[in-house]
Amino acid sequence: MPLVSFSDVQKSYRSLQGADYVAVEHFSVEIESGEFFCLLGPSGCGKTTVLKMLAGFEQPTSGQILMEGRPVTGASRDRGVVFQGDDSLYGWLSAVENVEFGLRMQGIARAERRERAMRFLDLVGLNGQQQKFPAELSGGMKQRIQIARALVNEPKMLLMDEPFAALDAQTRSLMQEELARIWRATRTTVFFITHDIDEAVTLGTRIGVMRAGPRSQVKGVLEVALNGARDRTDDVFLGYYKQVYEMIRDEVAKSIAHA
Amino acid sequence: MTAPPVRRVWNQYGGYALGFVSLFVVWHLASVYLVGSVLFPPPTLVFKKGVVLVRNGVLFEHLWASAQRILAGFIAGSLLGIPIGLAMGSFRPVRKVLEPYTEFLRFIPSVAMITVAVIWFGIGEGSKIFLIIYTTIFIVILNTAAGVSAIAPNKIRAAQALGATRGQIFLHVALPATVPYILTGMRLAMGNSFTTIVAAELIAANEGLGKMLWDGRMFMLVDDIFVSLVCLGLLGFAVDRLFRWSIYTFAGKYSPAT
Repeated sequence: MPLVSFSDVQKSYRSLQGADYVAVEHFSVEIESGEFFCLLGPSGCGKTTVLKMLAGFEQPTSGQILMEGRPVTGASRDRGVVFQGDDSLYGWLSAVENVEFGLRMQGIARAERRERAMRFLDLVGLNGQQQKFPAELSGGMKQRIQIARALVNEPKMLLMDEPFAALDAQTRSLMQEELARIWRATRTTVFFITHDIDEAVTLGTRIGVMRAGPRSQVKGVLEVALNGARDRTDDVFLGYYKQVYEMIRDEVAKSIAHA
Repeated sequence: MTAPPVRRVWNQYGGYALGFVSLFVVWHLASVYLVGSVLFPPPTLVFKKGVVLVRNGVLFEHLWASAQRILAGFIAGSLLGIPIGLAMGSFRPVRKVLEPYTEFLRFIPSVAMITVAVIWFGIGEGSKIFLIIYTTIFIVILNTAAGVSAIAPNKIRAAQALGATRGQIFLHVALPATVPYILTGMRLAMGNSFTTIVAAELIAANEGLGKMLWDGRMFMLVDDIFVSLVCLGLLGFAVDRLFRWSIYTFAGKYSPAT
């Protein structure tokens, strides 16, 4: 049984003019435990809508999302979320207090949750920054807090919504390496949304390519048979890049024509 | 490298002190050389009169009467306003029901309510405290409700995904995220309280800084009027500083930006 399965999911929104906008339709995909699944698509194709439904923040209009065979009905500790921007961090809490938040809500004793939070701050490379407040930290560091905050809660999977899109190019590629390292260390299942082919090939064990919206769905899924640290200049890497590029090229053109 | 202590103190408070001194210099020059009338006494005379009024206890009596009313009404108004504002910001139906009250009443200035307050509660403490509550509560409600609706949805979503219950989200996310808005509302309300208390005491009171102003006019005690005015300015300034300081130190990290 897959960890997560989307079957024939549709999501439509009522626009201000009263017309229905169908964001995704006949969206089906399965995610196995332990994999790093990248959902790749042109902007406006409904990637974030898919993530919101999996997280439980929104419900599908029709179709079903199952996790371990049970329908997803709302947000849950099983699925940790890392958001694109930093507006999900609690500005009145220090870095370590942000990371502890979930444990504190579960009523775990102060000493234990501090110890666990520090371990995950260490994992994401934020040792020594624990007393700083989010406003005092750089964009990359704030994303590290988000990752630690989600992981310390021991979710069954991690959902990431273009977590590095707002970072500068250098920081982004550093964070990708860091995330790959963290994933290899924890083997948590990851559902990662991106519009960047390079990012998807660098991180993913499988890449799902979406069609241009509206009525978007999965166009195809590609297995990436690359292990360990990946090299962008490697021929195999470039081969995967080209394959994905071929799949998505027309969709990007369509999404631009639509906009 | 840090600057020597004297330098640091100067950098922080020097301009301020200079501004205050210049205020009194300008006042003095205007009074003595420009106007030259008993109707506009110079600061030295006002200060002397102030000393007399402090010695015989009259000033403190008036000051305390006004401060007490402001404090009582302000605290009661805030304690009522904060939960109402939180409820209005959090629950749509509550907002729908209560909005007519806030949107209607906030346009009736507290000064306009003085007559009604005196008829209802007499010229004693009751009417004054009622008026301060009235002038405080709407600003606090509006700011608190605005603060709640300004919370980034992702802050709530993150808490849900971390396993927080509805009650926990209210207590640990919505409430702290709203603190800066609440404090700002209270700071604005404090300013209004000063206007209201003076107006109310001008019209009907046995003591208070406003009463002192009125007596000054009745008995042509111009110096007394100025002592009262200076006291209002200083008291307001001190209280506002206290607010700014507490917003900055106690809630500086509650910055609404993040």
